[in-house]
Amino acid sequence: MKVIIIDDEPLARELIKEYLQSYAALQIVQECNDGFEGFKAIQQHQPDLIFLDVQMPKINGFEMLELVEQPPAIIFTTAFDEYAIKAFEAHAVDYLLKPFSKERFDKAVGKFLQTGNTKAVTNDLLTEVTPRVLGAEEQQRIVVKSGNNIKILPSHEIIYIEAYDDYVKIFTNSDVYLKKKTLSYYETVLARDFLRVHRSYLIPLAQITRIEVFEKNSHVAILKNGNKIPLSRNGYAALKEKLGV
Amino acid sequence: MSAVSVKRFIPYLSWWLLITIIQVVVVHRFNIEWKIAMVDALLSTAILAVASYVITNTFRYYTPASGKYIYGLAIVAALTILCVAVITHTLNYIFIDNNAYIYFLGQSVPVRFMLALLMIALMGVTSWLRFYMKEQTENKKRKDDAGLLLREAELSKLRQQLQPHFLFNSLNSISSLAGSRPEEARKMIQQLSDFLRGTLKKDEQQLVLLSDELQHLQLYLDIEKVRFGHRLTVEINCDETTAKMKLPSLLLQPIVENAIKFGLYDTTDDIIISIKASTVNQQLTVIIENPFDPATAGGQQPGMGFGLGSVQRRLYLLYSRNDLLAVEKEGSLFRTIVKIPQNQ
Repeated sequence: MKVIIIDDEPLARELIKEYLQSYAALQIVQECNDGFEGFKAIQQHQPDLIFLDVQMPKINGFEMLELVEQPPAIIFTTAFDEYAIKAFEAHAVDYLLKPFSKERFDKAVGKFLQTGNTKAVTNDLLTEVTPRVLGAEEQQRIVVKSGNNIKILPSHEIIYIEAYDDYVKIFTNSDVYLKKKTLSYYETVLARDFLRVHRSYLIPLAQITRIEVFEKNSHVAILKNGNKIPLSRNGYAALKEKLGV
Repeated sequence: MSAVSVKRFIPYLSWWLLITIIQVVVVHRFNIEWKIAMVDALLSTAILAVASYVITNTFRYYTPASGKYIYGLAIVAALTILCVAVITHTLNYIFIDNNAYIYFLGQSVPVRFMLALLMIALMGVTSWLRFYMKEQTENKKRKDDAGLLLREAELSKLRQQLQPHFLFNSLNSISSLAGSRPEEARKMIQQLSDFLRGTLKKDEQQLVLLSDELQHLQLYLDIEKVRFGHRLTVEINCDETTAKMKLPSLLLQPIVENAIKFGLYDTTDDIIISIKASTVNQQLTVIIENPFDPATAGGQQPGMGFGLGSVQRRLYLLYSRNDLLAVEKEGSLFRTIVKIPQNQ
């Protein structure tokens, strides 16, 4: 079975490698220094199990997982506090709090070998845990795929987000990105400067230039680039309250 | 009664004795016999003394709220009326057969009332002022103590928040080295212990020499270098005069920690952290530089993140100034500038 280790500290990777020596069935196909490498390695090797650190350069472990369509079984390895990471217990094979013993490591790998557990990390869970684990600056961005590249999208570049079946479309001035997430997820994570003005639309307040009447009893918001976004009755009320009019 | 409490009562006793004597003389001058005048004076002062005691104790437990002084006045007035009534009725009862005195007594009621009112009001105001002042002093002391405590707690909390992540990751590195390179593991344990000991020993309020602070910082950086390997290079520049300048202990560490965090987590390249200390206008100036990626930078330009916010707060608590910490960006270089006044 194929294993990938993703951690930005060389010694942390070495330790996992050493602990894995007693498992002949598990073969390390790649070691990665950050989430970018990790994502590419997962695409390339389709591993059965990954050891994943949370705090890493560029994009963190959770953001990397968002990019992977069918994540393999995950064992988190982190120095984050237990409380924050415990929420992942049901969605990952296990989580290892650094520093961890061989016994604890064996237990985690044992769980994987027994069940082959590959439960996906869900949106709800990320919504709940993200604010608790990540710094403020990490909540103000979205990691997107564009072709084979990974792009970190600062929230101030977003013009609006539209619901699209099981996905959302994220619009910037130059591109549109698709993410398999719900609008509610972004509504929670980007809460500060964004407003859900419609069942299908989430827009940054800074993008609105004016509000116009559109037919009877309904309104549209005009964005800086000229786009018209329909406002629901509740959305219109919420917007008026936020803008203080 | 102990000697002390007797001593405490001497001023009161002298006061009431004086009042009694004056009253005896005054009453006698209205052609009242000495004996009767003495009974009159003694009874009056005794009852006034009791009333004064009552008013003093009332104000000890009940302080009229500001704007409600009318209640205090009402208590004084009521007590005065009661006193005069008791005094005149008692004297009237005792000397019922002495027509001349009874006539005098009747005539003197308004004067007695005025005197009693003044006396009781004076006592009331004095005691109220005394308890009021005492309460104010206590309040102020409590406030000062609370402020001090809060400051101390805040300072130590700010410091503790920075530790766990670093500590656990370092322990994990040691755990890894222990298997493959035990000698290096031992060395890192030593470094980590020295660093932690230095952190625990230091008093937040204490000023230390820059050279000592840099030495402590070096321990921290050595550990980070083991953790991040070749990716991290640190350059420290400091001349001899500057090294003797003073700064609050452990002030630089969160700034360097922040620089490392931005440098290492915002780019995937090898990074150089530069620390330059110099003397500018007799002020210690430390400039810390780290690379960052302006394109991502966590979706926004790095500002006063948690690490720097706590430094800012600490400088404010110590120097009451908000202009000692500044940040600037130049291309992909992030610069933190901290100034420490020397004439403390």
